[in-house]
Amino acid sequence: MLQADQVVPTTCPYCGVGCQIDLHIKDGMIFRVNGRFDNHVNHGNLCVKGRFGYDYVHAPDRLRQPLIRANRSDELAPTDWDIALNTVANRLRHARDTYGPDSIAILTSAKCTNEENYLLQKLTRAILGTNSVDHCARL
Amino acid sequence: MTNSISDIPQARVLLVTGSNTTEAHPVLALQMKKAVRQNGAKLILIDPRRIGLADFAYLHLRQKPGTDVAIYNAMAHVIIEEGLTNDDFIAARTENFDALKEAVRDWTPQRAAAISGVPAAQIVEAARLYATSGASAIFWAMGITQHTTGTDNVKVLANLAMMTGNVGRPGTGVNPLRGQNNVQGACDLGGLPNVFPGYQAVTSVDARHKFAEAWGVPYEKMNDHVGLTVTEMMNGALHGTVKAIFIMGENPMLSDPNLSHVKEALEAVEFLAVQDIFLNETGRMADVVLPAVSFAEKGGTFTNTERRVQLIRPALPTPGNARPDWQIITDIANRLEADWSYADEAEIFAEMAALTPQYAGMSHARLEQDGLQWPCPTSEHPGTAVLHAGTFARGKGLFQAVNYVTPAEEVDDDYPYILSTGRILFHWHGGTMSRRSPGLDAIAPEAEVEIHPDDGEQLGIAHGDLVQVSSRRGQVVAAARLTRRSPAGTVFMTFHYAEAATNLLTIDAVDPTAKIPEYKVCAVKVEALPVPRQQ
Repeated sequence: MLQADQVVPTTCPYCGVGCQIDLHIKDGMIFRVNGRFDNHVNHGNLCVKGRFGYDYVHAPDRLRQPLIRANRSDELAPTDWDIALNTVANRLRHARDTYGPDSIAILTSAKCTNEENYLLQKLTRAILGTNSVDHCARL
Repeated sequence: MTNSISDIPQARVLLVTGSNTTEAHPVLALQMKKAVRQNGAKLILIDPRRIGLADFAYLHLRQKPGTDVAIYNAMAHVIIEEGLTNDDFIAARTENFDALKEAVRDWTPQRAAAISGVPAAQIVEAARLYATSGASAIFWAMGITQHTTGTDNVKVLANLAMMTGNVGRPGTGVNPLRGQNNVQGACDLGGLPNVFPGYQAVTSVDARHKFAEAWGVPYEKMNDHVGLTVTEMMNGALHGTVKAIFIMGENPMLSDPNLSHVKEALEAVEFLAVQDIFLNETGRMADVVLPAVSFAEKGGTFTNTERRVQLIRPALPTPGNARPDWQIITDIANRLEADWSYADEAEIFAEMAALTPQYAGMSHARLEQDGLQWPCPTSEHPGTAVLHAGTFARGKGLFQAVNYVTPAEEVDDDYPYILSTGRILFHWHGGTMSRRSPGLDAIAPEAEVEIHPDDGEQLGIAHGDLVQVSSRRGQVVAAARLTRRSPAGTVFMTFHYAEAATNLLTIDAVDPTAKIPEYKVCAVKVEALPVPRQQ
């Protein structure tokens, strides 16, 4: 049987049940996933997505590089982090200072972590000065 | 959920409504099956479709979509008329019961039957079972909330739980099942336009002072009015009041209602930035796309449907130049006026826990073993398995009288079928993750529309035929699946398939309070396509 280089306990990324899983890693790839028994949520059980739905992590079309375009009619093209981040910061600042804070809208994510959601709403409220931050809880 | 996943087997009656639990929350459904099969609990299923749980149900009430309030008002009527209320609980823990009593006086089972199509006798039996079991638990998902009456639907369910005292003990409760892995956490940590982390209102002077001080922002700079919800943002973009949109890890071009409208909105803004792990339908419209990482490449926490905060741990290197979302956000903030320097996710958690009362006693170190359920107010607190045991958040539980209103769009001669949308077991939401798993996609490779065989016969549609489904807003092509799962007159589609985006059809009418769109009811027509399907 294939031996894992590493077994990492973590939380399933699919639904709100939050099953506890082990990711079995070999040569930088997830090759097996099992449900963990030592918890109050899934008691070793998993559904078909939680057990087999991880190919997306290794999909060839994962984004690896920031993309940018000057005009919507252009194609998106690779750029570096500095240019991408400066553009985002400058355009958000421009909108805030020209049209007012409430001209900016932010969508945070039910797929991201608590820490990331906290930081993005902090950026929205403390730096951009608007409360227009929402996510797909309603959808 | 007011209760915990592990106390489901203690319920004597399960009332499951608007939740296709075996497909959308399969591992939680195992506990429901255990309650029924091992412990002899009775399952009351209230759902238009003959879903998987129907095989476990003692009673299955198949209501016409959008008529939930009528049924639950009638159940309240029966419980009161037959003297099955828990009067001690009502007296000690609740208020406004007399107003509810008055409001449901005329809601006889016969009246609800005429509206919902559910036989009156079934409504009576469901009411008796729910009220007299000793431990009855209610579960729901988007089938209850994705209506223009979503808030009303939840209120009438809460009325039933309070009048029978089915709150605050194991095996009882009102239990919404959260869809996304961290939708609970995104709400808890202030990813909503009306509240700071911990549901502290942005309109509260005290809350604004608290966060201004913690974040080092002058109090006067704190915005004091409620911001825009998703649907309002899109309207704002179309009307020119919203000029810039930043989106992290969401795909409104597939998940929002009335997609043609969303597309126009995103085209109209001056600046659109998208941060994601794939170039999805929304990213392709953006000016800047920032590559983030998946759950397997970063640390942090998710909060599940039973309010349990659990760790994720990095298992793989980040692909290419992609970076964790929290580092990207920090870098953007620091290019504006911020001076943030977080060493890691645990340090961010410590800051947010200090500002969020429900999380105050938690730290990454404490979450290592089994996570913790909020509220967890101190570093010694064991977490809370059952909410509202001694008192409700507002003190006394408030009964609310609710009147029945019809869905925003009803069927007519031009659009004679009800379209309801939802999920299947093998795919997830917009399909970004599950459709990249060849094993899952091989099982469910194409969009289907569930049609009752009687409707199929009338329309001249055979199983597997390609059909066009149209609403007043758009049309999609999908394969017909003739099945008795959906009742005659109602068709069902998922929103997993970008190539047949069901949300081109759905209506962007929303609940006036929650602003949730009515995904579960809109009017469509179904037509056979003259072209043979390509192999």
